[in-house]
Amino acid sequence: MSDPTEANGTTAGAEATQAADGGSGRHARVVLVDDHRMFRTGVQAEIGRTEQTGVEVVGEAADVDQAVTVITATRPEVVLLDVHLPGGGGVEVLRRCAALMADTEQPVRFLALSVSDAAEDVIGVIRGGARGYVTKTITGSDLVDSIFRVQEGDAVFSPRLAGFVLDAFASTDAPPVDEDLDRLTQREREVLRLIARGYAYKEIAKQLFISVKTVESHVSAVLRKLQLSNRHELTRWATARRLV
Amino acid sequence: MPEAAALPLDEPRPPRKLYRSSDGRWLGGVARGLAGHLGLPVVWVRLVFVGLFLADGLGALLYAAFWFFVPLGVGGVGGQKPPSLVTTETSPDGRRRIVARRPDRGQIVALLLMVVVAMVFVGSVNLGNGAKAYLLPAVLVAAGVALVWRQADNARRARWVEVGRRRRTLTLLRAGAGVLLVTAGVSAIFVLQGSAAHLGSVLQAALAVLVGITLLAGPYLVRMTQDLSEERLMRIRAQERAEVAAHVHDSVLHTLTLIQRNAENAGEVRRLARAQERDLRAWLYKPEGNGKDETDEPTTLADAVKRNAAEVEDKHGVPIEVVVVGDCPLDERIGAQMQAAREAMVNAAKYGGEGGAVQVYAEVEGRTVFVSVRDRGPGFDLDAIPDDRMGVRESIIGRMERNGGTARLRAVPGGGTEVELEMERAEKT
Repeated sequence: MSDPTEANGTTAGAEATQAADGGSGRHARVVLVDDHRMFRTGVQAEIGRTEQTGVEVVGEAADVDQAVTVITATRPEVVLLDVHLPGGGGVEVLRRCAALMADTEQPVRFLALSVSDAAEDVIGVIRGGARGYVTKTITGSDLVDSIFRVQEGDAVFSPRLAGFVLDAFASTDAPPVDEDLDRLTQREREVLRLIARGYAYKEIAKQLFISVKTVESHVSAVLRKLQLSNRHELTRWATARRLV
Repeated sequence: MPEAAALPLDEPRPPRKLYRSSDGRWLGGVARGLAGHLGLPVVWVRLVFVGLFLADGLGALLYAAFWFFVPLGVGGVGGQKPPSLVTTETSPDGRRRIVARRPDRGQIVALLLMVVVAMVFVGSVNLGNGAKAYLLPAVLVAAGVALVWRQADNARRARWVEVGRRRRTLTLLRAGAGVLLVTAGVSAIFVLQGSAAHLGSVLQAALAVLVGITLLAGPYLVRMTQDLSEERLMRIRAQERAEVAAHVHDSVLHTLTLIQRNAENAGEVRRLARAQERDLRAWLYKPEGNGKDETDEPTTLADAVKRNAAEVEDKHGVPIEVVVVGDCPLDERIGAQMQAAREAMVNAAKYGGEGGAVQVYAEVEGRTVFVSVRDRGPGFDLDAIPDDRMGVRESIIGRMERNGGTARLRAVPGGGTEVELEMERAEKT
């Protein structure tokens, strides 16, 4: 349930972050959205040491309305978004920030950070436009690395998220509405499986004899399909999968 | 009359209550219910009713009264919930079950019987000519009411047993027939009264009265139902809160106390926290709620994998991250695979635990079940292990092969070992 592997989709960057950040000039402005003040404080303490991590926490919010206000006002690069929030949950924040996400100049990107194990919660925020999902047991350095990945436009898939996604697509074997959009390619499936098995991108690349860039593009494609796929089966899946 | 007879109670069960029987009944289940309650054969009770019926219709009245007042139950006796409880109470229930499967024949018999008895009744009762004219409509009304009441019973029963949703058209049909019969009977009475000419005005008057009553009582009724449902909601909420509180009290506070006591022992604290987290997660996010069935043996792949991982995690103090895609019931082969997987997890935790969490991945794809266990430890070479070390060879590879599956061990490019177990599900599950 814990740490290094949780975000090992994020390559070996964990150590690299700590060592190289100060010099490499990576910088990300981040807003924390979570209704538990203790948790915000903890995350702030772990990633908010800007000179070391390169992450600058520019705002915090505890519910949906606050979140929308703060995000609109500060225009951060990355938002760490809790799935469960008073006022409609993370999905509602995503819905109301859709315009900010679509902005081509300086898009706001969302990384879901949740304690929830419920697949429908997680898939919900991903479909709503979040670029990745990590659990709250993630270590500080992995979280920092995930933030930078999301900032650069990559998708951050934890093993658990990969499992959820595989599940979501696997149990919708019914005739797809839109074949191109709704089906994962063999390769994407393989990549997802390896992520779920705990492989880092680099290891996946070696295993499949492809480049890390290709792995990244597969993952991004999966994310896009998940976000665009509009088949209603995906929502029904949560119930169907228990009937196996 | 729910408490029909106060029987001596020498068993700890809740007091026996009279219920109408819902399975194998002919009409309202009164006779069967009574028979079950009194411990008599059903036929006797039915005969008594028929006999009473001939005594100026007393049986019919009695039957109707029972039908009206006694709630519908399962079987003959007081079992509200499980039918199995009933089988022990009423000895001939096994046979009855078979009858219950084909209720239509019983109903036809009952109907025929009723017609015969009614004819006898009509023939034997000596009424004035005028009164006799009312008889047919009255019988019609009675039949309609009986039909509708049976309908209500079925609805109630369906709520308990949650069957009978496929026969919706039949349900509608029956209700319609009942209403039709009643209407026909009532209008026949009107016609017989010779007031066909006044029918319109009578109906208007009746309608006016009905509307008036609705207007008067409507708000009260609405208020009452609203209050009732609100109260119910509050009660459910309170119950839920109490349950959460009880759980939190039981497990979380307990764990926190243990953590305080073991504050110096980092490993123990971590183990406790992890176990608690897992427990609470299962409790909060499990589809059916509350992980109460924890002592049960797992019956599906996902449960088995998670259970094994949790146990190994607790025992060896190494975090194990589990991802399961799809699910299937356990069979013999999958059971063997689970044991092999457990062995692999133990190995990974023992020898590869320093490198971080052990990753367990299980997937069901069609008939194939795939399990992978990987660690990030130093890795190891199967050939370099002496022959007398049976852990891997016997418990993992041997077990998988004996059951018709395959096991592969390999070094992972990034360091560590991965065990891949593949098994076909048994033909018939």
